This record gives sequence, C-alpha cells and structure tokens, in this order.
Amino acid sequence: MMATSYNAKDEDGHITVSGPGGGTLRSRKPENTAFKQQRLPAWQPILTAGTVLPAFFIIGLIFIPIGIGLYVTSNNIREFEVDYTGVDMSSPCFNCSQNYSWNSSRPCTCTIPFYLEQPYEGNVYMYYGLSNFYQNHRRYVKSRDDSQLHGDMDSLLTPSKECEPYAFHDKKPIAPCGAIANSMFNDTLELFYNDPNGTKVLVPLANTGIAWFTDKYVKFKNPGGDGANLTAVFQGTSKPVNWLKPVYELDKNSSNNGFINEDFIVWMRTAALPTFRKLYRTIKDAKVIPTLPSGNYTLEVVYNYPVRSFEGRKRMILSTISWMGGKNPFLGIAYVTVGSVCFFLGVVLLVIHHKCGNRNNSADISN
Amino acid sequence: MTWTSPLELVRDALRGQRARDKDLRNLVSNLPYEGLEKGKQPNRYFPGNAIKTTKYSLLLFIPMNLFEQFHRLANIYFVGLAILNFIPVVNAFQPEVALIPICVIMSLTALKDAWEDFRRYQSDRKLNNMPCFIYSRREKQYMGRHWKDVQVGDFVKVFCNEIIPADLLLLHTSDTSSVCLVEMSNLDGETNLKQRRAMSGLCNTDPEFEPESFNSIVVCEKPNNNLNHFKCFVEKPDKEKVGAGIESLLLRGCTVRNTDHAVGFVVFAGHETKSMLNNNGPRYKRSKLERKLNIDVIFCVILLFAMCLVGAVGHYSWLQALPGVPPYLVPDSSGHLDSPSLSGFYMFFTMIILLQVLIPISLYLSIELVKIGQIFFITNDVDMYDPDTNSRVQCKSLNITEDLGQIEYVFSDKTGTLTENKMVYCRCSVMGTEYPHKENAIRLAVLEGEETEEDVIFNQKPQPAKTTWSLDGSLEGNNFVDTRQRHRGRRRRKLSRSASTDVAFSSELETEVVPDRMLLQQLSRAQSSSGSGMIDPYLDFFLALTICNTVVVSMATAQRQRVSAQFTAAVYGKRRWRALSGEKRWMYIFTSCYRKRNRNGTIAEDSPAASASDNLSYEAESPDEAALVHAAKAYGFILLARTPDSVTVRLPSGKELVFELLATLTFDSTRKRMSVLVRHPITKECVLYTKGADYAIMELLGTPYAEHLSGNQKNIAADTQHHLDCYAKEGLRTLCFTKKVVSEKLYESWSVNRQRALAAIENREELVMDSAVELETNLFLLGATGIEDRLQESVPDTIVALREAGIQVWVLTGDKTETAVNIGYACRLLEEEDLVINMNCKNKLSCTSLLDCTLEEVRRYSADPRNVDTTPDISLVIDGRTLTMALESDLRDRFLALAKCCRSVLCCRVTPLQKSRVVKVVREKLKVMTLAVGDGANDVNMIQAADVGVGISGQEGMQAVMASDFSISHFKHLRKLLLVHGHWCYTRLANMIIYFFYKNVAYVNLLFWYQFFCGFSGTAMIDYWLMIFFNLFFTSLPPIMFGIMDKDVSAEMLLGVPELYRTGQGAGEYKFSTFWVSMLDAFYQSLVCFFIPYLAYKDSDIDVFTFGTPLNTISLFTILLHLSIEIKAWTWVHWVVMLGSVAMYFIVTLAYSGICITCNPPSNPYWILQSQMADPMFYLLCIITTVVALLPRYMFHVLRNSIAPSPLLQARQLDRMDPCAREQWIKEWRSFRGSRGVKCSKFSTPSSPNLETPVGIHPQSPTVSDTGDEFTLNVLTDNCERTLHT
Repeated sequence: MMATSYNAKDEDGHITVSGPGGGTLRSRKPENTAFKQQRLPAWQPILTAGTVLPAFFIIGLIFIPIGIGLYVTSNNIREFEVDYTGVDMSSPCFNCSQNYSWNSSRPCTCTIPFYLEQPYEGNVYMYYGLSNFYQNHRRYVKSRDDSQLHGDMDSLLTPSKECEPYAFHDKKPIAPCGAIANSMFNDTLELFYNDPNGTKVLVPLANTGIAWFTDKYVKFKNPGGDGANLTAVFQGTSKPVNWLKPVYELDKNSSNNGFINEDFIVWMRTAALPTFRKLYRTIKDAKVIPTLPSGNYTLEVVYNYPVRSFEGRKRMILSTISWMGGKNPFLGIAYVTVGSVCFFLGVVLLVIHHKCGNRNNSADISN
Repeated sequence: MTWTSPLELVRDALRGQRARDKDLRNLVSNLPYEGLEKGKQPNRYFPGNAIKTTKYSLLLFIPMNLFEQFHRLANIYFVGLAILNFIPVVNAFQPEVALIPICVIMSLTALKDAWEDFRRYQSDRKLNNMPCFIYSRREKQYMGRHWKDVQVGDFVKVFCNEIIPADLLLLHTSDTSSVCLVEMSNLDGETNLKQRRAMSGLCNTDPEFEPESFNSIVVCEKPNNNLNHFKCFVEKPDKEKVGAGIESLLLRGCTVRNTDHAVGFVVFAGHETKSMLNNNGPRYKRSKLERKLNIDVIFCVILLFAMCLVGAVGHYSWLQALPGVPPYLVPDSSGHLDSPSLSGFYMFFTMIILLQVLIPISLYLSIELVKIGQIFFITNDVDMYDPDTNSRVQCKSLNITEDLGQIEYVFSDKTGTLTENKMVYCRCSVMGTEYPHKENAIRLAVLEGEETEEDVIFNQKPQPAKTTWSLDGSLEGNNFVDTRQRHRGRRRRKLSRSASTDVAFSSELETEVVPDRMLLQQLSRAQSSSGSGMIDPYLDFFLALTICNTVVVSMATAQRQRVSAQFTAAVYGKRRWRALSGEKRWMYIFTSCYRKRNRNGTIAEDSPAASASDNLSYEAESPDEAALVHAAKAYGFILLARTPDSVTVRLPSGKELVFELLATLTFDSTRKRMSVLVRHPITKECVLYTKGADYAIMELLGTPYAEHLSGNQKNIAADTQHHLDCYAKEGLRTLCFTKKVVSEKLYESWSVNRQRALAAIENREELVMDSAVELETNLFLLGATGIEDRLQESVPDTIVALREAGIQVWVLTGDKTETAVNIGYACRLLEEEDLVINMNCKNKLSCTSLLDCTLEEVRRYSADPRNVDTTPDISLVIDGRTLTMALESDLRDRFLALAKCCRSVLCCRVTPLQKSRVVKVVREKLKVMTLAVGDGANDVNMIQAADVGVGISGQEGMQAVMASDFSISHFKHLRKLLLVHGHWCYTRLANMIIYFFYKNVAYVNLLFWYQFFCGFSGTAMIDYWLMIFFNLFFTSLPPIMFGIMDKDVSAEMLLGVPELYRTGQGAGEYKFSTFWVSMLDAFYQSLVCFFIPYLAYKDSDIDVFTFGTPLNTISLFTILLHLSIEIKAWTWVHWVVMLGSVAMYFIVTLAYSGICITCNPPSNPYWILQSQMADPMFYLLCIITTVVALLPRYMFHVLRNSIAPSPLLQARQLDRMDPCAREQWIKEWRSFRGSRGVKCSKFSTPSSPNLETPVGIHPQSPTVSDTGDEFTLNVLTDNCERTLHT
C-alpha cells in the first residue's frame, strides 16, 4: 500500500522537477469553476404550503372541466350490448351452445331479437365481445409466427417453433400457424332491422376498415405479393386444425383474403385483458339517417365458437364512437374526483399556510 | 539450443521454486557467467527486472475476464436468470433477449477492465524501457541498457537525479565518504534526503570501482515489503562476513541526489523489489450504508419470493378453476398439458425471471458510478487544496465517501495533526538553571499575531498601543481595522510566496532563534573559563544539541532545486521580518527594550560575513532535531557537516572541531531516546551524548562522575524535572540531554558486541537495541529543552465546529498529560468552564473505584435538575496506564459509559497499539461511526482500526497517508470534508439508494399486477426490449446524476451551522422506516399506474402491447417526476438529464416501434406508440395517473415542510436569502451560541441574540479523594499559564 504512487506518471513528474532546467512542478490546484466547485446556479424549490398552493388550485381548476367534458362525451356515446352465449335455457342460442364442436359441418344458427331505444347516428361499430378468454396468456401470446404473416415464403413452409404444437398438421405446415390463429373467432353475425312495416332489412355491414391501417398494409402480407393466386401460394400448407376453411377462402374479395383478411388481423391482435371486445363490422356511409334508427332488430348468429370450456360469454356490441373512443365514464369521473380532491387539498393547505406559514418566514427562525 | 528433457525442466523449475522460497538467498555476481546460456546462470531462478502488472494477456483476455467477473454474486444471479430463461417450460421472454442485460453489463465491465489493463501495459512498457547502465565484462564498461535487462547479480551504475531501476546493494559511490543521498518520496513520501552508505571493506579501495573484482557472496533475506528493514551480509572469499542493512540498500523507484554516481549490486529485481511489493491496489472497505443496503436487498429478495409464490399459487388455482381445456391454453409440442400443480411450480421460476428487476443489481453498478462522481468532486474542491505542498484531498478508499457524513467520534493524533509539527525552540534549562528566552517568545508572539490575526496583542494593551501609534507618525491609517487588513494582505502575500516554492521546508520561524542574553553570558563565561578543555557542561549541552541527531547538512549550492528555493525563501523571510519590525515598532517600544539589540542581531546575521553558515540547510528526519540544531546555531554552535564517520562543528569562537563518530544509536519508540558516540577531538575521550524523553532519561541517570562540578546531580535532576513540568504545562515538548564519558576499555568490548549485533540476521533489531541499552546507563544530565509545537491554522475553529456537529472528539497523544491538557485548552478541546476529570491511577483496584465514583458523580450531576442549563461540559483526561486498565474487559463498559457522558476525551501517553485499541473498543462497543486522523507512523494502527481513516500529509512521512482512506493536508480541511462533503455524499447516496429501490419496485409491480389479469401466466405487457431500455437508458442516468450532484444545503450553510451534520449521524436519513415508506409508496404508485389505465381501457378492444405502452410511459413520468420532487437543487445538468431521459424515451420507442415489424417475434410493437400518441386518451391518462400517483408523496413533503420543518429545510430556506443577509444571520446566531455553549442536540435556535445567560457560575468541584492516587475532579479555569498565542 505504501508505494501506490509509484508509477510511470509520478516518475515523470519527478524527472521534470529535478531536471537540469528545473522546470516548475505542475500545479495540482483544482480548477475553480462553478461546476467543479459545485456552485452551479441552481433553482431550489422548497415544497411548502405557501409555494404549492397555486399548483393545487390550478390542477383543480383544470381537471374538473376536463372531467366534466369527458363525462359528457362518454355519456353521449350510444352503446348496446347483447349476450348471445346461450347459457340460459331460455336463450335462443342455448341449443347451439350445447352442441360443442369446432368443426361441426352443420352450422347452427340462432336469432336474437333486440330493441334499440335510441337512434344511432354517425358511424356505428359492431363488436363481438368475449369474456374470460385469456388471449393474454403468455404461451398463447407467443404462439404465432410474425414472419409467416408478413408473407415470408420460408416461414410459410417452415413455421417458427413458437407455433408448436400448431405448426404442422399431417407433416404439412399450418398456415397461419400457432394457437392464436387456430382459435380464431368464427361466429358470423348478421344484423336485421325490423321495419315498423314488418319487413326485415339487412343492415349493410362493412368488413373492411376494421383493422389497423399499419397491420393491414405493413405487418400482414400474403406470401407471393398482392396479385398472387392465393390458392397456388398456399399449396402444400394445411389449414389450422380448428378452422372450417383454409385461409385463402376467408373472403371472396382478394384484397381481404388470406393473411390480410381483416377479421383475421383483428383477431391476431391479442387482447390485453380477459374480457375484451373486438371490432367486427362497421356501419358507415349508411344511406339512411340515422344510421340505426330506434326500433326492433334481429341478430342472426351462425354459432360456431365454443366458449363453455372456459365459462366464457359472447356478446355483440353496437356502439357509436367519439374522439375518446368507446363509452367509458371512468376517466371523466376520475378527472372530476382528482380535481375536487386537489381543490380541497388546496383549501387545507391554505389553512395550514395561514396557521404555520409565519413560522417558515426565515426572518423569524432566529426567534 | 540444446534439447533438455521435460523431466529436467520440471526439476529445474522445482529447484527454482525452492531457491525463491528459501529464507536466505545466496547471490553471486553474474559477470563470470556473462554470455553463457540461461541454464548456466547462477541467479537464473530469481525474476528479472521487467515488470508486468497487467492482469490479462491479449489471447486469454476473454476467458480470464469472464472468470474474474463471475466472482461477483450479481453476475451469477444474472446468468442464473438467463439460463433459467433457456429452459422452455419456465421462460418468460425470448431466451436470447434475456441475455442482453447481462451481456451489456459484462461487456461494459470488460471494456473498463481492458482499458485499465492497457493503461497498465503502457506504463509497464514505459518503465521496462527506461535506460540504465549495466556493467558488461565483454565491453569492460557500463553499457546503456533498459530496465528490463537488469538481472539479479548485475552491477548497475546510477547517475545523479536518475531513478534506481532495482533494489541495489550499494557498493561504491562517487562521494569520497562513500555516501549516496537518495530521495525516497516516491516510496514513503518523505521529502528529506536519506543517506545510504556503500558497503565498507569490499572493493571501495580503488578510486574507480571494479565490478569484476567482486567475488563475494551476497546473502540476503527473502524479499519483503518493509521499506525500513533489510538484512543481508556479504561473505568475502576469505569467509569474513560483513553485515549490511537498509542503510546500504538503494530501493527501486528512489532518485539519487547530490551524488555524481553510484554503483550497486542487484539484490532484488522486478516484482521482488520492495517498491513493487508495496504496490497494492486500492483498498476496499464496505461502508455502513452499504451494509444496511444489503439488508434491504435481502428484504427485496424476500419480497420477490413472496410475489413469485403468489404467482405460482395464483396460476395453480386459476388452472384448477378452469372447467375444461380452453383454446387459449397451449399444450407443449407433443400436445400434452402439464398438471396445474406442475404448471404452478414452473410458474414460480417464470415469475422470478419476470420480476428479476426487483433485486436492484444495477444498483451496485450505479453506486460505484455515483461514488466515482462524488470522489471527483471531493478531490476537486479548491478549498481543500494546499498550495504549500501542492496537494489535493486524496481518496484512497473508493467506496466509503458516505461514511464521512455519519461520523460520531473523531480520534485525533496531536503532533502533526492538531499541531503543525513545525518545531520552534522556545526555552531551555541547563544544569538546573532555567533560561526563559523571553525575546524569543516575543518574536514568536509577533509572528503569531501577524499570522493568525489573533487579537491577543491588540487586546492586551490597546490603550498604550494606540497612543504610541499616534505618536509614531510613520504609519498610514489610523485604526486597528486598517492594520489588520494590511496584515491580512501581507498574509496573502505570504501564501502566494509559499505557493511558488514547491516544498515547504523549515520556515524562518523555526530557523531563527533569538538567543537568551543570560545564557549567552553564561556561555561566554564558560568558554573563557574552560579554555581549550571543553568540558564545561554548558558547552557540552550545546555540543549535544549540535551533535546528537541525524541531521544531514546540505549546502545551498547543491543541485536540488528546492534547496535553493528554500534559501531564497529564508532570505525573503528575513527581509519581511525587518520590514515588519519597522512597521510594528509601536509595539516594541513598550514591550521590550531587548528589541533593538535583537534587531541588530538579526541584521548582523544577514550580513554577507555570516552568510557562509547561512548557506547551510539542515534536513532532519524529525522537526525537533532541526529545531535544536537551529537553536544551537543561534548560540554559535554550528553544525557544518555530517558524514558517516565524522561530525564537524564550528564553535562560537570560530574554531572548527571534527568529532569522530563512533556509533549512532538511532531513535526507537521503545527506548524513546537516541545517542551518538563520538571521540572528542581535544580530550580524545569517547563521549556518549544522549537525548530523549524525560521519563526515558531520568531513570538512567547515574551517580555523577563529574565530581569537580559544584552542586549535586540529584538537585540538578530535581530542578530540571521541575522545569520540565513547567514546560509541559505550557504545552512545550520536552527533551533531556545527557552526556557520558565511556572508557576506552568499555568502548572496545561494546563495539565488538555491536558489530556482532549489526551483522546478525536473526533478531537483528533486538540485538541492536540491546546493545544500545547496554551503553545508555549512568548518564549525566546536562539540561533540557522546551520546544513549542504550534497549533495548525484554524484547529480550534475546526474542533468547535466538529463538536457542534455532534461529533465527540478524542485526542490520543503520546505526550505528557500537562502538555496535552494545555494543547487541549489551546485548541478548544477543553473549555474554560468545562468540568475536567483527570484519571490517573496506579493499580487496577483504585482504577475501578475511581471509575465508579466518577461515573456516579457524573450521573448525579447531570441528573440534578438545577444543572440542566448550566452544566458545564465534562471532559476526561486519562493517561495511558490508566487507559490500559480501563479498557480491560471488566472495566470497559464503565469506562465507555463515562466516556459517553464526556464531551471530549484526552488520552495522554498512549502507545500506537493503545490508540488502535481505544478506537476499536469505542467502535465495537458503542456501535458508532469512528474516524481516526493522524499523520505519523504511530497513527497507522489507529487509522486502520477506525471506520474512516484520514491521513494528514504532513512532516512525518507518508505512512499514515498510505494507510488512510482519505488524505488531507491540514486538520482544518477535516471540517469541510466532514461537514460539507460528508453530509452531501451521505444524503445524496442515501436518497439515491432509496429512490433506486422505489424505482425498481414501482416498475416491476406493474408487471405483477398484470398477472392478475392474465391468469398468472407470466405475460409482460411491455415489450422486453423496451423494458431493458427502460432500466438501462431511460431511467438510469437521472438517479446517478442525483447521487452525484444533488445539493440539499449549500456549503456555506453547512459550514456555518455545523448542527446540520447531525442529520446524518446514527441511522441518518437512510432508516429502516424510510425504506419501507418508499416501498409502500412504490406499491401505491404502481397500483395507481396500473389500475387507472386498466379501468380506462376495461372492456375495450385494446391489445396487450397497446395497453402496455401507456403504462410504460406513465411509469416513466411517475418515476422521473418522483425524482424531481426529491431533487433539491436544479442546475442545468439536472434539466438536461431529466428532459434528455424523456426525449430519449420517446425517440427510442418511436424509432423502435417504427422500424421493428418482425424483428423481435413474437412480441410486435409495430406502430403502437405512434397510434397511441395520435389518441388524446393517451395524454389524458398520462396526466391524471401521474398526478394521482405522486399526490401523496407531494402532499407528504408539503405537509412535513409546512408543519414540522426539519433543520435541513430551514437551512435551505436560509440558503435562498441573499448571501449578505445569510452571512449576517449565521454570524448573529453563532455569536449568541458561542456565548452560551452548545449542548442542545436539536437545531433549536435561541430566542434572541441579546438574551444571553451568563455562565460564570462554576459548579462546586466535587472532589473524590483516593489514597495513593492523583485524582482531581475539578474545574481547571486558570489560563494564565497558557501560551500567549492561544
């Protein structure tokens, strides 16, 4: 330990000192700069009742109007929900729900009537909702092959390991592979408006424009490019085990078929929470105004998707939408509450400031 | 190249190993074997001089570095987790991705190691290629070679001012007296020159040394790292053995001075040299904070396990509750599903991987970085820079900076630490007569008055001074303030002057001594009466002063630059002195009539006639010796030269005497004395002059042999003892001088013994010492001297400040009780109104009863309600012998209980070992943080025993500094080091660590809460890359910056109000509760950060990563804003780092989610942040969540600051005032407090500065009498004996 300073540098220093010229020793005096002496000009906020009072009132004054605005906006959103799981004996879909099968060749259809009290204006969105479906299960989330879905030919034929055990079927690669794709929601929902004069009018539902733009045009691509013959491209692959038809027959419209089928894309975006909804169809550019007038409707369901294995529920949701998304009064309430709490705290602090504030006056500290 | 069998090679290697391990080594010259192959070389087993300090080689760097790194527990943890991630059933992330953090950390560390190693390699190469001269038989001359070519057994020639390449046994020098002077400051830091002597009787008969004629065998000990000991003998061909020690060894790394050239035989080379063996890396201590932190890390581990257990059990019950096999349950590749219990078991490990960040591994790395930053700022503090020695504060231990902020006990050495260790000769007593040297005292007082601006001179006789002054019209200005300002200006000039000289040697204060008139007369009388006989005790006394030392004389004409610098400094000083005496004439008029004579004397000394002796410059190992030689010089006894064999002295008569030096019995701490044995040139007698501590001398006094002297030796001894006691009371250091005439017969027999002892290898030290003791008997007392060791600048202020900071100051000194008590008063360790308990007992029994009584007394005293306000503080003075008894296991607790009540403790006459024992006992039994500060080799034990060791790089070499954790150049720097840097480092680090724990828990808990919504399946809703980036880039820099740069209170406030230091003592800010409060806060914040977005996105079409992105963003804002609440002072650095972190988050995340389409399957963050940022909900969520999350902490701070502001907060408020008002406030507050004395542990501020309560009432002295023991328990109030300058 004693000779730690014994190194080349120090020896250098000594040589220069003792050299014939007698050069002066390099001064080791630290630089007297604000940074090195830790004297940088600084803003030193002190949190006391007096100094933070305005902040609380300002927060209160800003939050409460925002909250009210959010609440009103949320309340203006029309939303209708119908559960068609069919757990009850009385439910029209009870029979269908009992015949559990993924691949039943005979589709089971049930009709659910409902009544819309208020007319829906503007764009109306139709969702299907599943509950108790853990699309966020770790191994489920992983069970996909993004490069396959991106149109990569190699991945099409040799799906990633992550897709196991839904990667190969009968030694043929599954396209699209993985558990997510395999469990794709496959109920068909159709909406009919029961005209007051007794006719059943099919409400036109658009099945495009429901997925994210980037998903549809960047992330998901059919192998072989846009104009390719999908049937030929997918030759040699197998459809997912639970699917009724192969991926290239999802839609007749070639721009909505194969991997870029929007129902498929929506499903592949795994939900964050076990109870979720997914956009199914939109009703836009409707000829009639309002888009959905109040009245009786019928929902016709081709019931395929089994949910009894996890005690799940299936719902159909009709909703209009605002700038803040779907109906959710929570954020408005939260803003109002927090704003009020801040305001209240501001008042409390005002009292404290008046009671104890004098003590903090530095002039009085010495007393 | 001949082929040798592997077996032969192995055998040779083994033989080499044995040769190296042997206790004694036989070395022969290489010259006869020159040019032979390696296997024939006699010294081939010993390493060459090439050094290699690098740890790694180029090829093996990666495996060796990995091996090195896996010694750290943290890395093993990381790798364990990564391996766990490779097991398919438990992995939480992509296995490859999980390797990233460990790879990043390990490659960063490897990079750092590689760079350091490269630096070492470069310096090695530079050293190895330094030029040197080795004798070659073939060329018959010294050849220019490199250091790396030097082998054991070579002959190396070193020229003046060159660095010695290896440890050389000095055989020949250019000096006629075969002396070589070396400067060892590279090794031990001592700046004086060391004298090395060539081995006598070998080959130095020729004018030019012939290496080829060297045919002896050098037998030396095994290499060791002791710089002051070396044992060796040279066996000549005729079997005669000549011993040699350290005095003949030139150490590698030293520089040859004042000697044209020297030739040495290489004894140790390369890594076996003493300097290399001493070359250890920096020390690692574990700080108190880090020990506490480790406990909290264990809590984190427990928490992690609890959370993982929740996950495992949750997963099990979730699976159990499922009615069938849902489509989202993915079986393994064979289509088989694990049973719920097995899945739960696996889930436990998955959870560990997922929540691994809970254990803040990166904290350790961050702490290291923070400490590097803190040390940077400490070493760069210009206030702790000493221009005289051109030295900054040095931090030798890299990881205990925060301990500086928690010190509760300071143990200080006295000499050199509190005092300057610049000895000033004050007075002497010769043959029982005291010579007070009044004139000298006045001179000192004047210099002192000028230097420290003490008001003593002004206060004593202000009235006459003023009048005289007004009479003396030569002075400009007409008030005291003016003069003082001028003094201050001059002082500044003085500082700038001393800054220009590179090394501070003896100042003029030490070198100039004004002789006592009486003594001069006595001396001249003695001289005339004794004639040429020179046997007068007065003359003997001064001869002893001159001869009995190891002072080396060097001429001003010597090549060393410093010497000449010092010389000019001395001249300058004299001029200044004259100028001063002109200016200060007003004072001398009334003070002393000796003044004029004195001044004349000074001027006379300045005249060219006397300058020959002025050119002499004395270099002494201890400042006492130099002071004495200078004192003798003032009386005309001038030490002219010292060689190993002779001492030349010029007498006042101008005659030069050359004493033959027979032996020098050097000083050691056991004997506490040193002697020289000389042959008197006139009487031809062998005379032994001994000087030493009084108690070491007094018992050796024999019956007077000088019968011709009138008076009784006994009386002289008694009188001298009386004088010594007086000196000690004044705080002077005392030395006794004796003489002894040794008969020729005795000398001869003794010198045989001595030679035998010197040549011995076994027990050499003891034998040498015994031989010294043998001679030092029956001494004849000549007299004694009193040397003043002046207090260092601002020592009293520093001690008072430390005490106000709640630090107990103990002074441990080897000095006598009286001296120590006096210094204690001078440095305000003891105060006038203090109750001083003096403990001094002779046996254990009395010690016990004394302790009991005192303790009882003290308790009763402090319990007495009447004394609540007026209790003077209690101080304890204890001597070494009593201390030994008090520290025995049965009395220890009582002693400590007593010591705890005392404000300061003064231990006198303690040995180095006792010092360390005291520190150890206090540290371990009272469980407090201790700091030991010292400057000498005798403090090394103490410095190493304390939690924090501080070395003062002073006059006494560097041993203390080498052993210390921090080294400073003055005691006063301790104040800023502790009060400011200690406080800052501690608060910074404590807050940073707490924040770090909070940060990790708050972030990881988000993942944990999500488990409740994903069936405890271990899903992370944040992309793993972003999680890594979050910890690695987005939130790592702000806390590190916080730990380095945050400043709660300004340095001025901390220095002005030392009480603020108390916040760090004991548990300080980093308490158990603080940790848990911040943990709770972290839980709360993570709940808010998770559930507000959860409720907002409930039952919507949000997907996993779109849900995670706002969570991540909110978490970033919360974590950074949380830090903003904690940051006390925002400089531009803070703004840059904070805003930079936010900007980096958005830039990196946007870029990542913009580019990465399929790069990190299966998680796919493509375009997620972009789409979120297009959604107003995202911003609304961020705002409200952050506000709700931080509201409680914010409110807590506001309420605490408003309702019960802490002292620190009050200080911060004062800080915001303009400097003038603040200064005024501090001053007022201090002045008030100073009059009252500080005992209150709170930062309670007095009601008004004018309301002072007079504390003139001294308590009734409770006295406890104890038979046979000196024991006083009284109030020492007399300060009349205190030295003038205090």
